[in-house]
Amino acid sequence: MLSVENMVVPMDSSDLSGTLTLAPGRRVAVLGPSGAGKSTFLDALAGFRGLKVGQIRWSGEDLTSLPPDQRPVSILFQDSNLFPHLSIFRNLTLALRPGGRAASPQDRLRIEGALKRVGLEGMGDRKPGSLSGGQQSRAALARVMLQARPIILLDEPFSALGPALKAEMLALVKEVAGNVGALVIMVTHDPADASSFAEDVVLVAENKVHLPVATAAFFANPPEAYREYVGVAAEK
Amino acid sequence: MAQRALAISAGLVLAALTLGPIIAVFYRAGGVSAFRPGDLEALQFTVWQAVLSGLFSVLLAIPVARALARRQFPGRGILISLMGAPFILPVIVAVMGLISVFGQNGLLNAGLATFGSPKLDVYGLHGVVLAHVFFNLPLATRMLLQAWLAIPGERFRLAASLGLSPRARFLTLEWPLIRRIAPGAFAVIFVICLTSFAVALTLGGGPRATTVELAIYQAMRFDFDLARAATLAMLQLGLAVVAGIIALRLAPAQGFGVGRDRPVSTWSNGAAWARIMDATWVLAAAAFLLVPLAMVISKGIPGLLDGAGQGTWQAAKHSLQVALASTALCLLWALPLANRRGELLSVAAIAMSPLVLGTGLFLILRPFVNPFSMALPVTTVVNAMMALPFALRILRPEAETLEQDFGRLRQTLRMSGWAWLRLVWLPRLRRPMGFAAGLTAALAMGDLGVIALFADPDRATLPLQVYRLMGAYQMEAAAGAALLLLLLSFGLFWLFDRGGRIHAER
Repeated sequence: MLSVENMVVPMDSSDLSGTLTLAPGRRVAVLGPSGAGKSTFLDALAGFRGLKVGQIRWSGEDLTSLPPDQRPVSILFQDSNLFPHLSIFRNLTLALRPGGRAASPQDRLRIEGALKRVGLEGMGDRKPGSLSGGQQSRAALARVMLQARPIILLDEPFSALGPALKAEMLALVKEVAGNVGALVIMVTHDPADASSFAEDVVLVAENKVHLPVATAAFFANPPEAYREYVGVAAEK
Repeated sequence: MAQRALAISAGLVLAALTLGPIIAVFYRAGGVSAFRPGDLEALQFTVWQAVLSGLFSVLLAIPVARALARRQFPGRGILISLMGAPFILPVIVAVMGLISVFGQNGLLNAGLATFGSPKLDVYGLHGVVLAHVFFNLPLATRMLLQAWLAIPGERFRLAASLGLSPRARFLTLEWPLIRRIAPGAFAVIFVICLTSFAVALTLGGGPRATTVELAIYQAMRFDFDLARAATLAMLQLGLAVVAGIIALRLAPAQGFGVGRDRPVSTWSNGAAWARIMDATWVLAAAAFLLVPLAMVISKGIPGLLDGAGQGTWQAAKHSLQVALASTALCLLWALPLANRRGELLSVAAIAMSPLVLGTGLFLILRPFVNPFSMALPVTTVVNAMMALPFALRILRPEAETLEQDFGRLRQTLRMSGWAWLRLVWLPRLRRPMGFAAGLTAALAMGDLGVIALFADPDRATLPLQVYRLMGAYQMEAAAGAALLLLLLSFGLFWLFDRGGRIHAER
């Protein structure tokens, strides 16, 4: 159980606050107007931003003061998910061997397995720059898969991909997360992504992280704050 | 954690190497009463020559930068690049070149003799200023040129469409720019010239042309009066502090930039006489910079081919050792200090002159070892310290960008500091590291400062060897050694810089 208690995170203009719990293995979409603090919320969970007040716990363990590299969290960023000067294989080895050592034979098997799962079989020697955008996303997903941490955060990593490719990636995330049994929290702008992928929706608006609502219920009866943000755009 | 500890200890070592010598100097100095009448003259001369050097460099740079900004001609890019070369040119090499042009038997006097004019003498105040202008005219030109090229082209077009006269255009576009850049350029050059030692050593001297730095050297080498050297070092330190404050007030935001190679629209500078003037300025500046270097090369070849003496080769070996060790030390230092605090600390470390540092280190070492036997290690350390701010200026922005781009990925991967250094930092920073290493190596190779305080005949570096040969009037051997020094300095720079670029990851 990921529980966020009385969280207050400082932002540029105002503070972001919220209290909520999310169950392991759920897929959660974080929706809301830009600048409302969706990425700030993710940063707070990942440990890139400290809390002013409050606590973050994962199955009883207090994460609040842990640095990012000690949290049970893996994260996909908008970009820079792979080191461009290292081969895909070397990048993935780092997920298993963060001390920088070479891959053991077992590691090798696991990495090749992960590459196969994301459809990049035989591309381990390539550098990220020689792959297409979709392939780079797949390689980054393979990284998250190998990290095998119980919480996966997605900070709009697929926003640069076309709709078809994005749907494909989301399906892959679903599969990967399902295998690991991980809680996935995904920031998105696109209601379609949220309804196809997520079981719950968390609205971030008006300096507040709202309580999770089941996706179908959320879109059937959107809260006022969400209607304002989408509604104005829809009327145009 | 380990990284933080490393950064802190690197900073502490640097601070100790800065403060230790200062404390030693204060401790040994005889107080204000120990000043002699000659010291005031040295102080006056130091300030006066720095004022003149700054003034002439900036005044002459204005027409040269203006011409380079608004004209396009073959070789313009090369000339602008060459303006960066004096930075890594060993002072003693430049002095050799200037003497062969402006000296007793130089080109200029040979020319004047045909008209029956009296001979000019290059030694003294005007020689010191001449050499300083040689080094700093390119610096001032590049600073001004950069600002000039930053004026949006639309402004020039607007001026042309308004039909502004040359005078009106100068007043609206160029004069504000000069007023903005020139004071800062002057301040930077003024400060550089305050601590310039090698030029004063070779072209100054005598009671009328002695800088404070030179007086420190004379007190140590000729009178072996350590108390007096310490007192003078204190004077120099005070001077550096005052100068530092002036420079911080006047210096432009970025004083050490590279001019972009974009000529301002060339179509509106019509008048033929203006073009002739511009061409004259560019040609004169190019000749002023290139003829002395060409003289070093042409005079050096016979000296080098005839076989440089045993002493020269020995000195070259020492210099290479010092340069390579300084480079390694400087990069090791720069690695953990590539952040804002580190850069400030390193600048504070060079605020005092190498001679002051040298004096302090001499005083510290003396109770334990024969300081003269430490000549090369001390030179290595001081050179690494002196190059550190430049290395950090080059590395810091790139290191910070790297941290910004990949710091989060590093954390989510839980990469160890060692893995980050080996797999990401070093490979991705190869280019700036190569450039920084090249600069450090060339600066250390050409340095004629602290070594002059410490060296005995067995432990000369190549610049010192050139100086000694000149002093002994072995001009051909000196020219050969100077050419060797020039080749080694530029060669080291080229090798390191190139090494950083080849197969660099981008």
